[in-house]
Amino acid sequence: MIRVAWLVARKDLRIEARSRVLLWQVVPFGAMALLLAGLALGPAHAGNSSAGPGLFYLVMLFVTLLMINRSQVIEATPGTRASIATLGLDPSGVFLGKALALCLELWVTGLVLLAGTVLVLHTALHGAFLALPSVAVTLAALACAGTLYGALTAGGEGAATLLPVLCLPAFAPLLIAGERSFSAALGHGGLWEWWVIVLVALVAYGGVGILLYGVLEES
Amino acid sequence: MTSGPLVHLVDAVVFANGFPLLSGVDLDVTPGSLSVVTGANGAGKTSLLRLLAGLVPLSSGEGTVCGIELRKGDLRQLRRRVGWLGHEGSFYADLSVQENLHFAASALGRPTSEIDAVLERVGLTSRRDTVTKQLSAGQRRRLGLAWLLLRRAELWLLDEPYASLDDQGREFFDALLADVTRAGATVVVSAHDPLRSATLQISAIHLAGGRIQRDQP
Repeated sequence: MIRVAWLVARKDLRIEARSRVLLWQVVPFGAMALLLAGLALGPAHAGNSSAGPGLFYLVMLFVTLLMINRSQVIEATPGTRASIATLGLDPSGVFLGKALALCLELWVTGLVLLAGTVLVLHTALHGAFLALPSVAVTLAALACAGTLYGALTAGGEGAATLLPVLCLPAFAPLLIAGERSFSAALGHGGLWEWWVIVLVALVAYGGVGILLYGVLEES
Repeated sequence: MTSGPLVHLVDAVVFANGFPLLSGVDLDVTPGSLSVVTGANGAGKTSLLRLLAGLVPLSSGEGTVCGIELRKGDLRQLRRRVGWLGHEGSFYADLSVQENLHFAASALGRPTSEIDAVLERVGLTSRRDTVTKQLSAGQRRRLGLAWLLLRRAELWLLDEPYASLDDQGREFFDALLADVTRAGATVVVSAHDPLRSATLQISAIHLAGGRIQRDQP
């Protein structure tokens, strides 16, 4: 399983590095969305650092949905899907590999957007540093849940529009817990209590993905 | 090697979205043979090949491919034993020729040291670092063959492999199929028209409306 996961993750990251969709499309989109969110709040509120965590995770939600679609489109060509199916790869390994690649892509985007919240929304730099571990775990959980739901909608009619509808209920607790722990890192509440929810979600979505990804692929 | 026919179908029916793609196919394919499935568009050629590859479930009837039952067997195991070349293109468009083959070889646990020899065999050595989406249709076919050669599949399933090939490409393809059947592999090819080849011993299968019309050696 680990061998297949590593193989799939390297393949996805290599494709991403060559197509540069993350670099030239997704990251600029996230940065613009963050900037526009700051402008929409107006100078009085944008300068208030308490808006930073919520806006950061709102933009990360959009970015995550884009990246999940991208992750599934790689496999979606009918010929490619059939050929890869005949390789008989372990589905648990495929899930882990795709989730790992998505997670690394989200981490890169997350770092850029964290810097954006400091620059545009005046989030405290020290607080942003303290939030890094919780952001990393939250994005990893989003990657696991997103890979699972991405497989559910892959190849179906209206997959791009169906995906957000299905994902939002699964993402909501993660986004709330992520925002709370980010806010806590900025000094608004206890730092660790929201971590439990994110960690449990990471383990739960990871476990369900390992167990069910094969069933979703077959269907 | 499986004893008896490598492919054995009895009254095989495949449904998709309530529509019968195959409606009662009886078929035996002997090991080491080359069979060509012909028929008009929508006759069921691709569906038959996909059934043999374990890519679509058997709705009713009985079937065995490479000794694995289509109804109750492990289709994932079956897929590892067949080589599939679809007419849509079979690779990651953003990976190079070499990277695609490296991925396939690693996934199958085959030595990647064979990639150079396989590329030489299909005449793609000079294109090894070319990104797949930049290849011509004929070159993509050759990459598909390289993929299959690397796999050393027991059963080759080729969906309209002669599309987009020039005369030289067709001759190359015929010679390769002759080689692999001589080496013991079984090949099932779909095509719009019957193959005319002086070098190949061909079994003809004609499909119409999801049924076999004739099966002549």
